[in-house]
Amino acid sequence: MSPKIKFRGLSRELIALRVASELEDGTYANLGIGIPTLVSDWIEGRDIVLQSEIGMLKTGPLATGEDIDQDLINASCQPVTELPGSCYFDIAESFGMIRGGHIDVAVMGALQINDRGDYAGWSNPARGLFVGNIGGSMDLCAGARKLFIAMEHTTRDGEYKVVKELSYPATALSKVNMLFTDLAVIEITPKGMVLKEVAPGISAEDVQSVTEPELIVSPDLKEIEL
Amino acid sequence: MDKVIPGIDEAIKDIPDGATIAVPGFFAAGVPRFLLQAIIRKGIKDLTLTCGCGPLLGAADELKTLVKNGQLKKVIDSYGLFRSASKGMQDSFEQAVRAGEIEFEVYPMGTMAEKYRAAGAGIPAFFTPTGVGSVVEEGVVTNIEDNRRPKETRIIEGRKYVLEYALKPDYAFVHALVGDREGNLRYAKTARNFNHVMATAARTTIAEVEKLVEPGELDGDDIHTPGVYVRRVVKVPRPKFAITID
Repeated sequence: MSPKIKFRGLSRELIALRVASELEDGTYANLGIGIPTLVSDWIEGRDIVLQSEIGMLKTGPLATGEDIDQDLINASCQPVTELPGSCYFDIAESFGMIRGGHIDVAVMGALQINDRGDYAGWSNPARGLFVGNIGGSMDLCAGARKLFIAMEHTTRDGEYKVVKELSYPATALSKVNMLFTDLAVIEITPKGMVLKEVAPGISAEDVQSVTEPELIVSPDLKEIEL
Repeated sequence: MDKVIPGIDEAIKDIPDGATIAVPGFFAAGVPRFLLQAIIRKGIKDLTLTCGCGPLLGAADELKTLVKNGQLKKVIDSYGLFRSASKGMQDSFEQAVRAGEIEFEVYPMGTMAEKYRAAGAGIPAFFTPTGVGSVVEEGVVTNIEDNRRPKETRIIEGRKYVLEYALKPDYAFVHALVGDREGNLRYAKTARNFNHVMATAARTTIAEVEKLVEPGELDGDDIHTPGVYVRRVVKVPRPKFAITID
């Protein structure tokens, strides 16, 4: 079953901006591939430290031109820059830091998410492979204190991504705290998904129409502020 | 203790067919390309390459040649396929994986890191929370169905963990910015990634270094991998490569 309706909500950049505003000062955060990577464009000057699982703390903005150093990339294989106080470490240290609970927030993309906070992101069955690219996603789910998902609310073809049951292989179960999409901000609670914010011009009914599980509409529902 | 070998082909000349070799690098950064090129030249067959995060996507030309020459038996990695499904369909490595000609075994990246750390530190296996609730918990994730051995789990203080085993390769190839004759190594920035932990894990570690210096030139406080882990050192030029996995 799919809703096949497409609403015009926030751009990928603005989803990232909304995620950035949810990160408190003093946060150590790790950003996954896709929309999460764009969050780094919105935190300049903020007291937020980005950990890159390749083995770097205080990852700086993307490098261009002469600043590009082939020995300095982020976990998405993009050249990046240093900031004052940046440091490097080996991969076992990096994942010890992640699994050991020292990263406050991980922001990841997802293919599917359900109202229990389970999500699938590492393998699309349409590819027809049992194996896939797990990368650091499962470690971040196991270790980060909070897990945020940033994604488009539906697939390009208008299929549900916010589903009752995952049909894709899970990355982690019961780990997601917040979902940020082009249409809404949703908190995952023990009672289910609480719709807290909607994109400008989008109603709670609109969001529900492209969301398979039943949403609990927050009494304080408001428009996403950017 | 002078560990310098004059030529790269000599540094790998004892590696037999069927060897298991750790290949560090995180996509394009810190990949031991010159040593990979040497095993291509030597034509070593039935290789198992144990990786960490897509060094063979970074060294795409070397991977293509290894596949074409039929030198690979198995690859272990956390991220070894093209992100784009359509690009993957064109890729000779993925085609060989789909056909079951090369085994591809997958673990979460932190589990890969810990497998090497444990091997280097004398720990045979470890319980980790990573992968619980996914197929990683149920068994070894591989394209070869017969090899999907089930994994043990245990509840410790109310939380579930998966038992994963140390990974001890026969050889590790590492790439360092600076090395001295006695095998002390210093890496550059994020090119460090899996290099140190793989150097500790393998039975024989071979280091390619961009700068070869005399003992004492590297400050003892600045050494990332102590020489005890490194058997051979070979000087290479600074590699030139595209910083991309596309």
